[in-house]
This record gives sequence, structure tokens and C-alpha cells, in this order.
Amino acid sequence: MFINFKICIPKPNMIFASYNNIISPLGFTTEQNYRAVLNSEIAVKPTQLHFSNDAFCVGKINDELLEQHAVSIEKAHQHTRLEKLSILSIQDVLQQSGIQPQDDKLLVVYSTTKGNIDILENAYPNIDSKRVYLHQLTQHLQNHFQFKHQPVVLSNACISGILAIIMAQRWIQSGQFNHVIVCGGDILSEFTISGFKSFNALSTEPCKPFDANRTGINLGEAVSSILLTNQELLSSPYHTAIVAGASANDANHISGPSRNGDGLYQCLQTILQNQSLDGCGFISAHGTATPFNDEMESIAFDRSALNTIPVNSLKGYYGHTLGAAGVLETVLSLESLKHQTLIKSQGFDNIGVSGKISVIPQHTPATFSSFIKTASGFGGCNAAALFKKI
Amino acid sequence: MNTIISYAHIKHNQIAVNGKVVLHLPNKSYTEFLTEAYKSLQLSYPKFYKMDAQCKLAFLAMEFACKDNHFLTENDLSKTAIVFSNSSASLETDQVHQNSINDKQNYFPSPAVFVYTLPNITIGEIAIRHHITGENAFFVSPQFNGKLLTNYIHLLTQTNTEAVVGGWINSDNNTYEAFIFLVQNVENLNKNSIFKPLNQTSITNLYNQTSWMH
Repeated sequence: MFINFKICIPKPNMIFASYNNIISPLGFTTEQNYRAVLNSEIAVKPTQLHFSNDAFCVGKINDELLEQHAVSIEKAHQHTRLEKLSILSIQDVLQQSGIQPQDDKLLVVYSTTKGNIDILENAYPNIDSKRVYLHQLTQHLQNHFQFKHQPVVLSNACISGILAIIMAQRWIQSGQFNHVIVCGGDILSEFTISGFKSFNALSTEPCKPFDANRTGINLGEAVSSILLTNQELLSSPYHTAIVAGASANDANHISGPSRNGDGLYQCLQTILQNQSLDGCGFISAHGTATPFNDEMESIAFDRSALNTIPVNSLKGYYGHTLGAAGVLETVLSLESLKHQTLIKSQGFDNIGVSGKISVIPQHTPATFSSFIKTASGFGGCNAAALFKKI
Repeated sequence: MNTIISYAHIKHNQIAVNGKVVLHLPNKSYTEFLTEAYKSLQLSYPKFYKMDAQCKLAFLAMEFACKDNHFLTENDLSKTAIVFSNSSASLETDQVHQNSINDKQNYFPSPAVFVYTLPNITIGEIAIRHHITGENAFFVSPQFNGKLLTNYIHLLTQTNTEAVVGGWINSDNNTYEAFIFLVQNVENLNKNSIFKPLNQTSITNLYNQTSWMH
């Protein structure tokens, strides 16, 4: 849909969550992904990867399907896998919103943990290996789209995606930009799989967030993009704004969360100051399905007196998509709000955390007007944001 | 007003505080330099030895930046943010992890290495050391970007944040540099004060004006 910009009037202080895209093993658009999730399709499954004889339970985007979509990209062979996915995802948001990439009031924030990490595996003999630098990856995207402003790269472990959305809100609120496109992306690689395996953190079966029998994470790959804007005419997809956001550090351990959920609790306290929880439908949790993470989150939610608010994790569908996760999960939560349907926390059977929380067992129609998105990650970082229908 | 009350800069085997070199260890390797600089502080913090070089750099710069002031006692550390940046993310340690998995006959990925393959672990180490629990952000840009750091720090202090540890921490193939600056609100800044209001020009000047020894 194209919109004539001249009639858009900025509404100060209201930052809308707008047009978006998800590219994952479950589809190349948000609609395909939402429909797949409602059909309880699961992206994570035992998959043979090029570097190992063992199958890993991961969510991998089909190579052939990606190449089919990439045909539409100019000089497709000059882009890495992640760059192709990112171009397709950002392109979709630009097309839906009608925003011109050269717009002086548009900023792009790119959220990733490892970027083009497959360059270290010599995956691309004909591509400049300098693009393993994250700022070179985004420089490449800037050259492709001719963005006016140099994209900002945020690499803040597993909270990158939701933190980038919170930053977008702050940048727009300051009046410096009218639009921020947040693009979050990470690919599957031997690098991350071997690393998480060395931590004994990988589950050999589809992961089970918050369940008593959870045994660890699945890794997944995805790129997801979302437009944040102060232009009311672009609010039509959801009529929903990001009204509060915060991050905080546990100051406890670099590779494990605080037992008391201190950092996440601090985020929740901050975002819920002066905010009513009336109409809050659910919390989209981080829910990686590691014993410590899920336990910590349940304690933080319990301490924040959020016991009555249903909780889900989308990791059971997609696995952990790292830098994409916060964006992808926010987008699906917006769909959930739009369709007034609570999304089932895939993989959950029996409660296996000590904080009192109520995990969503089935897709459930409900009447609600807001939701909370949270994330936590290595380095002790946590983030939370509150989205409300306007 | 957001004010830079202290800063530390590490480069060329030297450590400078507020523009003046306070430690110079010529003819040392990078690793030796980091260890000697740590020993000069006479701390007991064994975790230092587990860190990768980039985290050691951040750790040292922070120790020197807050040594002779009350930043850590004057400010509410739950409302103190850490905003770091660099150009190489964690590539130096990424390569160490990659080397450990390249050879299937000699395959030894280690969690102690892998955990450092995220740039924001530098933030985590500083947070743990000084019990700083406020906002976090790690930006990656081609070079020191005073505009981006200043811009985002001002946005943070318009919300819940009262003080900020800002920095550029880059360790890449034996080229290294750390620049950490402490920002807090100072009312009625005296014209003759050594403190500088935080803006793009002031921070870029401080970054460029360290008088290194030759």
C-alpha cells in the first residue's frame, strides 16, 4: 500500500508499531508466519547441516526457497545469505509503508549478534571478507537501498531486537526521525551451534519453554523488520504504540541470569511506572527453555505481581533466533493483539518453574488491548517493553 | 547538564587519565601490557584473568576513569547506564572460537571462549565489577562516533537514566584502544571547571587530544 506523505501529520509522543516482515522457515511474510503459528507448525526439527554428520534440532530457512525469492534482488550473487534475507525483509517493509529509503527522516537500526559470521567459514570466495564487520554489513545494505543516514548497528546479545525497538521509540520521540526501521537478523552457523553445544545448552528435541522436562534451546534463523513511526496514517496495521521500554543489567554473571531475576524485575518496574495493566493480554517472554533462563523469568514476573497475566514463549516454534528474536516475537505479538488471539506457548505441558506464572496452553480467543515483550541475554542484559492499542 | 567528569584512554602501551599519561609500559607485548597495567592497580579481582583482551581493556579503562572521583558513590548505580561501542564487535575472540572448530581432528570449542564472542560482554564485566544495573547498549560503527554516543546518551538521560559510562572499546588483531568517559548531571558548571559539558564536539576533542608519549 502506498501512502501520500504530504498529508501525514506527526502526532507527538505517540510512536506506532507499524508495517513489518518476518522471514523464517515458516514463511517469507508476517502473514505466512502468523498463519503457520496458528496452525501450530514448528520450524525447529532434526536437520542435517553441512558441517556435521549429526543432525541438530534447529530452524533453518530452506536454501532453495531463499534463492527463489532472491531472484528479485539486484546482483543477488554479490550478497551473503544474511544480506539477502535482510534486503528482502527491509524491502517488504518499504513497499508496504511507501516510505522512500532516501527519506531524510528515516533511520535504520540493525540488530544482530553475529552478522555475516559465515564469512569466517570461508562461505563466500567472491565476497569481500571485510563484511564480517557488522558496520560493513550495514554499509552494504545502505549502498543497496541508498539510505540517507548510516544505519545504526546494535549488538547486545539476545536483547538486541527488543532493545533496538525501544531505541527507535526514543529516537523518534526526540524529534530527530519520523521513522525507524528496525531489522533484526542472524543466521544458523557452525559458529553459534558449536558454541552453544560447548555450553551443553542445546536440546536434541523441539524445545519446551517453562516445561518441567525442558532440556535447553534450539537455534533458529530468521530476519524480521518493523517500522516504528510517529505518522498516524501509517498506524493502520495495528493502531498500537510502544508506550514504555527499558533495559537493565543483572550485574551478576556474564553467562547466566540472576537467580532472583533482578535485571528483568528492574526493567518491568521501570516500564510499569504510571502504566495501567488493565487490558494487558499477555507477556511474550524470552523463554529459551534453558533451566536457568525460564526459572529466572518466572521469578521476575512473579515478583512484579504479573501472575495473572498469561505468558508465552515463541521459541518452541522458531528456536532462538538471537538478534532477530526480539523483533520477530514483537511482530507476532502485534498480530496476536490484532486478531485478539493468545498464542499457545509451543512445547509446554507441565509447569517447571517456581515463580507463579500462567503459561498459555492453547491458542485462545481473548479480549485485550496491550502486551508486554521481554528478553534477557548473555552479559546479564535484560529488556522489556509495553505495547498498547490506541 | 550532562557533564563529562572524568575519562581514561588506553593505547600505544599507555594509559592516560583526563588527557595525561599516567602509565607507560614500553616494549611490552599487548598481553604483558594488560597484565602489568592490572597489577599496577593492586586489586584483588581474579576474574580479570579469565577475560578476553577486549574485556580486560574495558576493565582497566574503567578502573582508571573512576579512580580519583566519586562517580560510583555519588550516583544511583541502578540508574547508571553503560553505553559502549567499537568497530570489530568481538571479532578477535570470534576468530579464536572459529579456529577451535575449523579442524575436525582437533576440535575443541570452549564455553570460556564462546561467552566472549559477544561485544556486550564488556558491559557485563563492568556491570558486575561495579554493581551498575542501569540501561545497556553496544553499538558497532566504523570508527569512534562521538555523534552517536552523545546523541543516545542524551536520549537516555531524558528517561530514567541519571549517569552514564560511555566508551569505545576495540581490540582487533593486536590493534587496541579503549576510551571510557563518565557522564553525570552537574548543575551550574563553573567556566573554569575541568569538567566539560557532553556534546559531540567536546567528546570528540577529548578523544583526539590525549597527549601520548613518544
